Amino acid sequence: MRKAELVMAAVMAVFSLYLMYKSTELPIGWMKGKGPGGGAYPFWLSAAMLVSCIVIFVRGYLRKSPPSQSDETYMDRHTIKLFLLVAGSLTITIGLVHIIGMYFAVAIFLLYYLRYLGGHSWKLVGSFSVGFPTALFFFFEGALKITLPKGYAEPLFIPLYSIIY
Amino acid sequence: MEIIHLLLDGFGVALQPLNLLMIVLGVTVGLFIGAMPGLGSVNGVAILLPMTFLVPPTSAIIFLGAIYYGAMYGGAISSIMLGIPGASTAVATTFDGRPLALKGEADKALIAAATASFVGGTISVVLFTMFAPPLADFALGFGAPEEFALMMLAFATFVGLGGDDIPKTIFSICIGLVFGAVGLDIISGQPRLIFMDITGFMHGINFLVLAIGIYGIGEMLWVIEVNKGNVVVSQANISMKRTIQCFKELGRTTKTMVMGSVLGYFVGILPAAGATPGSLMAYGVAKTTADDPESFGKGNLNGVVAPEAANNAASTGSMLPMLTLGIPGSPTTAILLGGMVIWGLEPGPMLFVNEKEFVWGLIASLYAANLFALIINIGFIPFFIWILKLPFTIIAPIIFVLCIVGGFAPTKDMHDVWLMLIFGVVGYSMRKLDYPMAPAVLAIVLGPLAEPSLRQSLLISDGSFAIFFNRPIAGPITVVALILILLPLVKFFRRTTPSQEPL
Repeated sequence: MRKAELVMAAVMAVFSLYLMYKSTELPIGWMKGKGPGGGAYPFWLSAAMLVSCIVIFVRGYLRKSPPSQSDETYMDRHTIKLFLLVAGSLTITIGLVHIIGMYFAVAIFLLYYLRYLGGHSWKLVGSFSVGFPTALFFFFEGALKITLPKGYAEPLFIPLYSIIY
Repeated sequence: MEIIHLLLDGFGVALQPLNLLMIVLGVTVGLFIGAMPGLGSVNGVAILLPMTFLVPPTSAIIFLGAIYYGAMYGGAISSIMLGIPGASTAVATTFDGRPLALKGEADKALIAAATASFVGGTISVVLFTMFAPPLADFALGFGAPEEFALMMLAFATFVGLGGDDIPKTIFSICIGLVFGAVGLDIISGQPRLIFMDITGFMHGINFLVLAIGIYGIGEMLWVIEVNKGNVVVSQANISMKRTIQCFKELGRTTKTMVMGSVLGYFVGILPAAGATPGSLMAYGVAKTTADDPESFGKGNLNGVVAPEAANNAASTGSMLPMLTLGIPGSPTTAILLGGMVIWGLEPGPMLFVNEKEFVWGLIASLYAANLFALIINIGFIPFFIWILKLPFTIIAPIIFVLCIVGGFAPTKDMHDVWLMLIFGVVGYSMRKLDYPMAPAVLAIVLGPLAEPSLRQSLLISDGSFAIFFNRPIAGPITVVALILILLPLVKFFRRTTPSQEPL
């Protein structure tokens, strides 16, 4: 836990520095007749973030904060495996949206999650993987008039458009 | 008298068929979400807000308000039946609710929780109806310095009363405010903080991206990790005879219910406090003022009634500053406030002048939502117990999918979906290290409102911060805010400095 605490504080300190640097692209000083420059507000907030990170790091180093006193591992083997399976599949799903579109990516995600992680029966897995994206289609495209990305699968949806439009 | 007239008009809005449907649907969804261990009102409201684009703003906020209430009722169900709080707001309900269930009196605990929620909700809505219009009237005179001072006060309550690690709280507030500043600079119109020059940042970071990332994806990762073990669902025998018997016993807890409601309401108004501390405080007060404090924790009905009345009352309380001042009283109301901006409404006291139908429709819907929540909750207890037995591996992927499509819907940009995933994963890893997440969500909603009021104020005063101190209303608010920030900081350094000396 202590190591994770120190690493997180260090990473966030670097991120704060990046934010401060990025803020200086706009004037951070006082502009006559216009008030503070556009960069001033994020600049000083990022500076406050940096100070907070330094305090968090020092307290972590001196074992003053609860996570730095804890001997528990930040993530045990089982947690890491579960985290990678879930977060990894989400990343792949969102990546797939660009290629095969939202509906097919969602269907594959449900298939994977329900069958592989959940171990449910094929009957349940099948009905969810087909039914849920179909319901999403009619809700978003039909009712909300929000088109979700379809990628290369676009032609497959032409027959469905005739139902909703 | 004018209030009664406006309230009646509000009922005219709330009881329209569409809005009535929204109330019933919202309450049911809220009960469902509240009953799921780990998920509470904030998760439901964040994930489902994009789905409300289907209906007009008034119906949308009525739906989300009903979810808020439903989730407060629902939280008690898993606290009692599983011994796991259905939402953090129902932690105190496990103390006496679980022992009652283990004694075979789960039905009594469930009915007591629902009734107390109803009493808490109703008393607080009545208080709300009385306080809101005068407060909004008063706030109409506020200028930019007063607005900024109030927002400072909202953030100061997190530092002073939040109870989390102070540097981490400050970090969380600042990062939320900085993310709120991404996009075009509101005054000069220049692009600002366009990370790696990715054009997706030009339209800013939508608060929903952060909210769904943290309360959808991050929360689910958290729940999946925590819910590794198997749990035992208690049995509940429900019959008409036992229900009537139960209501007779509840008569003796009236005093506790009223105490919990009033306490919860006032604690709920504070941004950093809200329903969780409100319910814990109500439990504490009920225990210390009881004739038989030793029976608490072993299945005392008062121990169920106090926190449940308080958490519902607190959820109404947190709506008071949101509607009248434009300052959310809880993470859930922060998301509601952000929703109002998306719907094209200007949050703040002007709502009571310009959007009477919206405001009073919402207030009236809260009365109705309470009644429906009570009826649906008690009427469908067996159904909600069945929900608790649903495997999490079915709920989780569905929520993930709702997060992905919900992250896409507001801006129709895949960039936001990626950003949401990053926020979810980073938020989850930071939460494991005790970084509080609620201040960041509040900050990203308030940031775009706070910055213009700060810059306008400084422009009026020609760069002098004295403007926040020498105005009759802004002054005292700023002073209170500074005290709330500085007191814990002083204590914090007093505590750490001496022990550092030997090194």
